[in-house]
Amino acid sequence: MIARFSALVALVALASGTTPREPHRPAGGTISGKVTFTGTPPKAKPIDMSKEPNCVTQHPTPVTTEDAVTGPGNSVRYVVVYIAAGDQGAAPATDTVRYDQKGCQYIPHVAAMQVHQPLTIYNDDPHSHNIHPLARVNAEWNKSQPKGAPPIRTAWDEPEFIALKCNVHPWMHGYFAVLSTPHFAVTDSSGAFSLSGLPPGKYTVTAWHERFGTQSLEVTIAGSETKPANFVLTARPY
Amino acid sequence: MRPHTGWVSFRSACGVVLLLARATPAPAQEAHVGNRTGHAKAGKPLYQRYCVGCHGQDGDGNGENAAWIDPKPRDFTTPVFKCRSTPTGTLPTDADLFNAVTRGFVTTNMPPWRPLTEQNRVDLVAFIKTFSKRWQTAKPGAPLTVPPEPVLTIQGILHGRELYQRMECWKCHGPAGHGDGPSAHDLTDNKDNPIRPYDFRSGTRFMCGETNQDLYRIFMTGLDGSPMPSFADQLKPADGWDLVHFLRTLQPLQTREAAIWREWVATHGSELKPIGPEGGGR
Repeated sequence: MIARFSALVALVALASGTTPREPHRPAGGTISGKVTFTGTPPKAKPIDMSKEPNCVTQHPTPVTTEDAVTGPGNSVRYVVVYIAAGDQGAAPATDTVRYDQKGCQYIPHVAAMQVHQPLTIYNDDPHSHNIHPLARVNAEWNKSQPKGAPPIRTAWDEPEFIALKCNVHPWMHGYFAVLSTPHFAVTDSSGAFSLSGLPPGKYTVTAWHERFGTQSLEVTIAGSETKPANFVLTARPY
Repeated sequence: MRPHTGWVSFRSACGVVLLLARATPAPAQEAHVGNRTGHAKAGKPLYQRYCVGCHGQDGDGNGENAAWIDPKPRDFTTPVFKCRSTPTGTLPTDADLFNAVTRGFVTTNMPPWRPLTEQNRVDLVAFIKTFSKRWQTAKPGAPLTVPPEPVLTIQGILHGRELYQRMECWKCHGPAGHGDGPSAHDLTDNKDNPIRPYDFRSGTRFMCGETNQDLYRIFMTGLDGSPMPSFADQLKPADGWDLVHFLRTLQPLQTREAAIWREWVATHGSELKPIGPEGGGR
């Protein structure tokens, strides 16, 4: 089953090798912008990893919670921005999404992917993790991944924002944003995002944040132009 | 949408819905266990008599007793089940659900339902499956094969002990299996309710049965919804059996495993490194 799946992944990778999903000079239009907040976001709290000495030594300065990462100019990181409506039979995303467990953290905190897009989950730590996606629409599962175990290769069938936890290290939280569109991005540390390769048309662009909720904008793309879309989410301290 | 097309679309949508309603077969209304066929219609009154108090009218685990129950009653709408013969992330078989109703869960408020007839219990399984649409869109997983149990040896138990260390079972279940590992105290289930790891001192029975085969299945399939993950990708069948034999030594029982283990420990105990952050092995 795994062998068959890998073969399929290899085939898909070969087939798509000549047409990368997000080329450097994409044909069509681009929607780019920034996500910021108003209000009071929760403070990032330092994480006590003393239960796992390996992870304490991996972080000379303690890491902080990532459920609300804000930056200069009220920017918000880890916001998933995607085309919620208006896609016109876009080619599916086929490159493999890599997800890491390292230093008792999920890297990246939020990973966006399309339904059926290959997802590979690695344990880079010298100890065990259990990876437990709390799926509701998709099927929930929970697998142990000890030190040195091979990566878990999987994919999701239905669009869903899936919270992720490691029961052994309860501070570990992450999200898989599984989307029906191949046009998605996760904001960087400056809150910026860019969706490229969009054929002309009218689009609904949605921004989703795990604590600050969702917001949508309508954007019309006429040709190979870049249109702005800036989101202002309402932050709540709790 | 322009208004003048709205009505047309609405009408055609109604037509489609009507057609679908007629064409779609009835939802999973049946359960099959052995030669018996259970019917949801027959299971419904039984559910409302015996199950509704905890599992609720909507099958969501929010019955009127739920507030006083820990761990919480199963939510059938999800549908995620702990005790299965099938791999993690798949639906259980009808027989798995039947066994669960029959056996109850020794670690929870769910009693055994042997007082109900077998037919009653199969009917209940059929009814439970009407609470989630996934029973129509997905099939139960292929049951895990439990290979024949090998001969019990002290080498096997020692290897099982190494695995208990290496798979980090001790992080939740504790170095001696007392359910007091470093991660034990803040475990939560898939609804963020606190949950305890199994304490091997608690007796002869496990959550999902009492035989060595049941124990093998528990860590291979994982208990979905709980923090207990599946080790099926990590343990070969022989490893699994060695782990079973070691786990049996953690129970306060005169099991065959405990007997030969105690005898060995009496003479070689000093060779063992304690289980824990730097321990394990000999």
